[in-house]
Amino acid sequence: MELLTFGDTGWGDELFIATLMTIAVSITAMIIGFSFAAIFTPLKLSKNKFLNFLANSYTTVIRGVPELLVIYLFFFGGTGAVMYVASIFGYNEYIEINAFVTGAFAIGIISGAYSTEVFRGAVQSIDKGQFEASKALGLAKPFYEIKLRWKKITIINFNFITPHFLKVLVPQILRLAIPNLSNVWQITLKDTSLISVTGLVEIMRQSYIAAGSTRDPLFFYSFAAVLYLMLTFLSMKLINRLEVKYSRGF
Amino acid sequence: MTLINIYYKFLSFLPPIMAESLPKLLSAAVVTLKLLSLSLFFGMFIGLLFAILRLNKNPFINKFAYGYSYVFRGTPLLVQIFIIYFGLGQIEYFRSTFLWVVFKEPYWCAIIAFALNTGAYTSEILRSAFQTIKPGIIEAGKSLGVSSKIIFYKIQIPIAIRQSLPAYGNEIILMMKGTSLASTVTLMDITGVAKYIISTTFKPIEVFIVAGGIYLFMTFVIHNIIKFLEKKYSF
Repeated sequence: MELLTFGDTGWGDELFIATLMTIAVSITAMIIGFSFAAIFTPLKLSKNKFLNFLANSYTTVIRGVPELLVIYLFFFGGTGAVMYVASIFGYNEYIEINAFVTGAFAIGIISGAYSTEVFRGAVQSIDKGQFEASKALGLAKPFYEIKLRWKKITIINFNFITPHFLKVLVPQILRLAIPNLSNVWQITLKDTSLISVTGLVEIMRQSYIAAGSTRDPLFFYSFAAVLYLMLTFLSMKLINRLEVKYSRGF
Repeated sequence: MTLINIYYKFLSFLPPIMAESLPKLLSAAVVTLKLLSLSLFFGMFIGLLFAILRLNKNPFINKFAYGYSYVFRGTPLLVQIFIIYFGLGQIEYFRSTFLWVVFKEPYWCAIIAFALNTGAYTSEILRSAFQTIKPGIIEAGKSLGVSSKIIFYKIQIPIAIRQSLPAYGNEIILMMKGTSLASTVTLMDITGVAKYIISTTFKPIEVFIVAGGIYLFMTFVIHNIIKFLEKKYSF
């Protein structure tokens, strides 16, 4: 227990900060994942074969390749890719990318693939008749007619933001998706342990450092396992509350 | 043209880095497949054992099995491997037992960690499959005078395995991805070799395409085998 005291003699404060780091990386990755899902879910549901293929290959490749390999790709290839893009804009200095950004982005892309599948399933299980009902009630008219166009090709069409979308679809999608999103959250939380290979000091890396300097790996890795269990347990409690909130009336 | 000729022809079309890394990664794929098959083999027994314990009416045994699956599903696989590989060697008494012969090898440590992990997931899959078996089937067996032992082995287990095939197929693919963590305990599986090649050549994208391609091919094969089995044993 002396090993866990706060201050210079123990590892308590270091592990506490590392736990916060794990939470921060997971939440950032989840948000990045949601933005990827927001892009790829409509593509997956679209009737255009090319867009469909694009979204399908994203989810298939990411879900079929080990997370560690994706992290290595970003860890070794991230700097090169960013520098290449910067060199197009005429910036040729060396750019160092922070381990947090690399890790959160790599995990975010992985969790985005899972989130995409969850959202696709949720959208598909909503009855088509609801759209027609909304149309009949005049809810399917967009608030604003905004289109981003480039050389006669519509890139983004904001016409989907209708009262039907916000008041009818989104609440239902949330209700259907939250149980599966809690699985995605668990996967994301556990995947953050893999970022330790890039040197970001989260729970796993801190335990590795502590185990190395105290020669007590059994204790520190077991403690890391306990920390992860606590995180999953607490987040499950929180998500269950959300689930109850969004499934009122069912 | 034989298969080997096609393979060499294919290599000559690839960029040099890919052509160099493909044979190395393919030989590493053997390690991955060995790790996968052994851990699935042991994990199946662990999963079946804990699924049966979960269905036990004794609350103590029941809770124990639930706790096992909760702990192994709630912690990252990396932590489990590290506890087994780095942690267990620390216990003095443990080193003097015959088990040390097994636990000092990273290969067996990885397999034990994977087997325990996949066992936890398998037990959940099998438990839900056991619970969905209609009681009428068991009652029919009983009314025909079949002993409860034979009902369990010849009726319940086959039905449960069939019911759990789709979920178990996902678990196999997850486990295949999990074996990449063996590279963190010095084993040279596909990911380990890929990392080595990347860190010596600094060509991450090419190596990722080849290594990822091998993993995707394996996923594809596993997916189709499971699909075939589902069709074969459908009722």
